[in-house]
Order: sequence, then C-alpha cells, then structure tokens
Amino acid sequence: MLMSWLPQNVSTFGTDIDSTLRLIIFIVGPWFILAEGLILYFAIRYRKRPGKPAVHVRGETFRQAAWVLIPGVIVMLLDFSIDNASGRAWDEAKIESPAPALNVQVTAERFAWIFTYPGHTGAFDGKGTYWSMGKLYVPVNQVVRLNMRSMDVIHSFAVPNLRMRQDIVPGRTITAWFEATRPGNYGIQCTELCGFDHYKMQGTLVVLSADDFAKWRQKHWPSAPAIAINSDAEGANK
Amino acid sequence: MSQAAVISHAAYAEHAEALGFWRKYVFSTDHKTIGKQYLGISLFMAIAGGFTAYAIRWQLAWPAAGIPGLGAITPHAYNSLVTMHGSIMVFWVAMPMLLGAFGNFCIPLMLGADDMAFPRLNMLSVWIFFTSALVLLASFVAPGGAAASGWTAYTPLSDTWTSAVWGQTMWLFAVALEFASFLIGGINFLTTAFTRRCAGMTLWRMPLLVWDEIAASVLFLLSVGPLVAGAVMLLMDRLLGTGFYDPSKGGDPLLWEHLFWFFGHPEVYVVALPGFGIMLEIMPVFARKPIFGYRTIIYSTIVAVGLSLIVWAHHMFVSGMDPRLATPFSVTTILISVPFAIIVFAMIATLWGGSLIFDTPMLFVIGGLASFIVGGVTGIFLGSAASDIYLHGTYFVVAHFHYTLFPVTFFGGYAGIYYWYPKMFGRMMDERLGKLHFWLTFVFFQATFIPLFLAGIGGTPRRVFMPSAYPSFASLQPLQVMATVATIGLIASQIPLVVNFFSSMFRGALAGRNPWRANTLEWTVDSPPPHGNFPDPPVARRWPYDYSVPGAASDWLPQVAETNPPAGIKVQRAS
Ligand SMILES: [Cu+2]
Ligand SMILES: [Cu+2]
Repeated sequence: MLMSWLPQNVSTFGTDIDSTLRLIIFIVGPWFILAEGLILYFAIRYRKRPGKPAVHVRGETFRQAAWVLIPGVIVMLLDFSIDNASGRAWDEAKIESPAPALNVQVTAERFAWIFTYPGHTGAFDGKGTYWSMGKLYVPVNQVVRLNMRSMDVIHSFAVPNLRMRQDIVPGRTITAWFEATRPGNYGIQCTELCGFDHYKMQGTLVVLSADDFAKWRQKHWPSAPAIAINSDAEGANK
Repeated sequence: MSQAAVISHAAYAEHAEALGFWRKYVFSTDHKTIGKQYLGISLFMAIAGGFTAYAIRWQLAWPAAGIPGLGAITPHAYNSLVTMHGSIMVFWVAMPMLLGAFGNFCIPLMLGADDMAFPRLNMLSVWIFFTSALVLLASFVAPGGAAASGWTAYTPLSDTWTSAVWGQTMWLFAVALEFASFLIGGINFLTTAFTRRCAGMTLWRMPLLVWDEIAASVLFLLSVGPLVAGAVMLLMDRLLGTGFYDPSKGGDPLLWEHLFWFFGHPEVYVVALPGFGIMLEIMPVFARKPIFGYRTIIYSTIVAVGLSLIVWAHHMFVSGMDPRLATPFSVTTILISVPFAIIVFAMIATLWGGSLIFDTPMLFVIGGLASFIVGGVTGIFLGSAASDIYLHGTYFVVAHFHYTLFPVTFFGGYAGIYYWYPKMFGRMMDERLGKLHFWLTFVFFQATFIPLFLAGIGGTPRRVFMPSAYPSFASLQPLQVMATVATIGLIASQIPLVVNFFSSMFRGALAGRNPWRANTLEWTVDSPPPHGNFPDPPVARRWPYDYSVPGAASDWLPQVAETNPPAGIKVQRAS
C-alpha cells in the first residue's frame, strides 16, 4: 500500500533498495499494529470501573520483566535481519562500482546542474568535450559513472526514479554510478539546501535507447572518445 | 538531609516574606519561579514557532496566494522561516519546556529538597536563556533577515555564502547563549540530584522524571562540547576570516556536519527523555498501578544514552563521507530501537490490569505514546542506510521527526502542564476545555503529518519554496494542501489551552495538596509550595509507585507513608 506511492524504479540497485523498504514495512508493520492495538485495547478494557481495582504488578521480578524483555530481544534479532538486507543494498549502490561505459562530470553550481562529457583524451577539459545545462543524456542498460564536484556550497544530486542520492561537497570530487533500465525522462533535484533559489536547482535525466543515444551522440557529441562509450548491447561491464 | 541544607532551608523560610516583588517574581532564585519563567518563555516562543509553521505551510500549499498576515515572501525569507522554525522549536520551546520548566520545578520538590544546589546559578541560567531568546527574535529584523541555512547550518552555506550576514551571526550567538544556559542548568540538575536528596531518597527511589532529567543533562553535557567548539570555529570563519570549513583555505565542510550531528542526534534524546519522564511519571497515577519495570526502564534509558553518542553519522550516509562508514552507523542506529521498544512495551504493560482514569494529563500521555510509536517505527526506514538513500532529504524525514519531537514536546509538555498546574498555581484547570484541547490537537496533528509521509515516499524534497515547481511532484500537491489545512486546525486547537491556562488561574477549583492522589513528594506540600518547599524536611520511606497495594487502606501510598502492606502478599493477576 505504502509502496504504491513510490515513483517507478528505473535503476538496477533501485530494485534492492525497494526490497529493503518492503522488508522494513513487513517487519515493523506488525509491531506497529500490535503496539497501537494493545494501547487501544487496554485503554478500553482496563478503564476505571467500580469494584475493579488495579492489580499491583511492579514488573521488577525477572519473570514479569520478561514480558517486555523477550519482545525486546525479538526486536533486536529483527533489527539484524534489516541490517543484513540494508547493508547489502547499500554496498551495491554505494561501494561496489562497476566499470563504467560512460563517464560524465557533474558540476553543481548555485542553482544549476552542468553535465560535461569527456573529450578525445577522456578528460573533462580540453578538446572535444561537450557540455549540457540541466540535461543528463545516458544510454539505457549501461553503467554511467558521475564525477561530481561543487563550485560553491554543498548540493545533493537526487534522482528519485533511480533511488539515487549523493551530496556533493566543495573541495572534493565524489564519484557515483547508476545503470538506468528504462528509457524516459526523469527529474533531477538538488536536495541539500543551497541558498535562496535552491528549489529551482533541477534537471532532467534523459535515458535513451541504444539507437537514440547513438543518434544523440552523433549530433551533439561527435568527438566522443571510443574508450568512453560502449554502446554494444552486452555492455562489457557486468 | 545534611545539616547545611537544614540551615539554608530555615534561612529561606525566614526570607520568604521579606522579598520584594522583583526578587520574588523576576530576579528570583526559587526553582519554582524559575521553572515557571522557563515555561512562560517556552510558551511564548511556541507562539513564534507556531507562526513560522503557519507561514511555511501556507507558502507550500498556496505559493501564489501570499501569506495572510505576512504577505508574499521571497525564497530567501522562506529559508529564514524554515531555519527559525526548527531552531525555535528545538532550542527555545522543547528544551525550556521539558528541561527548564519541568526539570526546575519538579526535581527539588520530588527529591524533598528546599531548592536547587546552586540557586543563584539557576537564576543566571534563566536570564542567559532569556537573553538568547531576545537575540534570536531580534535577528528577524536584522539587515538581510534571519539566518537562512537551516537549523543544521551546514557550511559553507552558513559561512561565506549566506545572504543573512547579520542573521546568521546572531543565530550563532543566540545558540551559544542557549547552550551556556542549559549547560549551567544541567550542572545544577546533576548536582542537585546527587547532593540534595532528602533522607531515604535513594537513587532507586527517585521518580523516573528525575532519572530522565539527569540522563538528559548528562547527555547534553557529553555531546554539546564539540559543537560549541565547532560554533566558535564557524564564528571565526565568519568574523575573522579563518577557513576551518572553507576548502579553498584547506578546511572541510564535512567537519561541521560531524560536529553538528555528534550533538544533533543526542539533542533529540535530550528533549525526548524528559518528555518520556513526564509520561512515565503521570501514567501510574492515572492507571492507579505501579510503573511496569522501573529498573528495566532506567537501564534501557542508560543504554539509549550510550548508544545515542555513536549513531550521529546516520544523518550523513549520503553526505560524501566514506561509504564504508555507513553500515556500522546504520547498525548502531537501528539497535537504538531496542531500548526504546522496551520502554514503550513497559508503558503499555503499565496500562495492562490498571484502573485507567482518562483525565486530561492521561489523555495526553496515551496520545503522545501512540504518536511517538509512529516516529519510532519510521525511524527504522531512515536508520537503514540503503532506504535512507531514497528517503533522505524528503518530506518523509520531516514527518518522521515531527512524529518524534511533537509527541514528546507537546503531548508530553501538555500532559505535564495539566498535571502540575495545580501544584504550580494552586488551582485546577478545566477538564472539559482540557479534553477538547486534547482531541483537537491529537486529530489535527495526525492529519498534518500523515500526508507528509506520503509526499515523502513520493519523493518530494524538503526545504523547498514551492514543491509545485517540480514537474515530477506536482501531482502530490493536494497532500501539501491537506497538511496546511490541518496545520491551521492544529494551531487553532491551542485556543482552548490559552483560555484554560489563564482563566483557571482565577476561576479554577482550589486544588488542595494532592488532587490526583499521587505518591511523589511534591504532592505532600501546599499548592503552590512555599519558598523552601518543605516546612519540615521530608523522609522518603518507599519508592514512588505504590499504587493499589493489596491490603493498603487506600489505593495509593505516598513516598512518605510509613504503613507497610501486610507481609507475604501475593501479586494478583488481572482477570
Ligand atoms: Cu543545490
Ligand atoms: Cu539522529
């Protein structure tokens, strides 16, 4: 029910992030219902009634305290199962970094996104680079690596449909990756308060089919270095 | 009670009548007056915080309409409102209400002391706090407006990049003064708890509110130091041109995030623990039943305090710190669910088999507990590093922390107001207005933040001037409108409280010493208690939760009661 509010997922690691969300709902949901249900039930069942005094239970003996300690232990075990799923999804999205088919430099500057495609030598400066304001064009089913830097304050690169978010800290180059699984246009937002026009700091991720990407490249970025993009279907990265 | 304490107690009693108006009500060293001063300032600041909430919510729902009472605002002014709302509510409402007001008012009374250990220092703390509030409010009219980089004040936005040049510096000074005030207060709480307990008041007979107030004070003392140092470095960056957080001068913005959250996460517990303490204190009185698992709750609280010092980087999973740090912090964060779950279970178990009386304080306790659970379970989604990638920075976070902080601050604080008002002012508050206040607050609170959970799951980013400006989230705009309508209802729901609070001072029924038939020591003295509190030093002869003891003459046995229940009683089971 809650999951239906999520925007469509279009990334490889997004599937595992979504299943982490689903697992947490599945685990905490029953506890939530149990706790709220007991509060409601006890409030009705044990409301003050004439001739029905309260019981004197201190919960100080171990046998009595077990009523809250054992559920506590169960909560701890369930915590570890969340840790396990969550840790694996995190590693996939943020630590393992597959070999990219395409490198793009992301420059965050109040209040715009600039995407730079590498030139002949694969570097982001010099001859043959191509840059795009606000639109990030990528091929579907290919690993894209982003080299991100900020020119001023902290920004955060977020694409909800990719289940991707990464802060960009001035003074560092931060890398991130994704592989989009479905062509289409998806919103990019800055999600770290960066000043007065923070809300205008938006962009679009344009995921293109292999053919469309080839056409786009021919038109806009003819100097694409052979090493930087591999538009073969097998992708060489998996 | 020590000899010295007896003497000073006698000295106070002698002076009580001699004090003039100013020394008695304004520059008072009496912990009860100081508690009421904190309460008054926090309620006044809550009006300011509530107004910012209204302005923020109106802007989010109807950005084109202009805010009634404020007019159209710029995006920069919107950021100021967001920054000030968070700062005011955490530092100038929650802390003075839960620590300043109830800590000061209750700790000496509950421990059977005549006052705090350092009454003059106590007066200093409230006046420093008052000054900090003035500095903060003055920053609203500073050139460039109030601070606008969020209550987290991330650098370098709060450093060289902010347009609120004056506002940001005033914000830093105000926060620094506020910290100084609560540092002094915390030292006072601790010293009082360890040196001013009356005869028989062992640590294991201390009421849970006192335990929670000192746990919160210890946590504050442990966590605030690094942030004070961090704030001084930020001030130096702003005023003296140093570069602690400026990468072009070799500094690092992430340093601020670490220092801020090393304090920022424990700060939530500094507020939450006294809120819980109030609920734990009130619940047994209206269940006519001992708190379930007194020691279990105390040990869980200590574990939560310890864990809360090693979870801060869960605010920084996607901050650009080494991603290998995420999982360890994720594990400790999720582990915090264990002590809090145990405390919640213990509260629910306290209801079991009780004889529950739903007077207004109890309604706020149960409503607060039921709401806090929502905040607790949604915290797991953010504690998991993987799902935090998606939810971080969205309205889900906004809804989550309002579901933790609102229940402890307002449900807990209101429960405390309705419960201790008779002791503070000698008169009862009106029950019918109180119940009306509770139900309106409860319903509108849920109606405000449930839509925001959904907006967050949909991906809407927080701290944005116009969520409708995002093509992908335009369809979620009705959720923003719902939340705004409910917020206006929530603010209007506070009218019964204001009416009740002031009219009961003159028209409320006389409370007498112990209107709730409660056990703790404050209920053994007049309402309001005289300067010096106890005409004769009290002796605590039992723990505070002897309700419905089988064989006892009444269903409560005050801590000073000598009668023991007949030996060999068996604990009976609820049918
Ligand atoms: Cu930005
Ligand atoms: Cu935290």
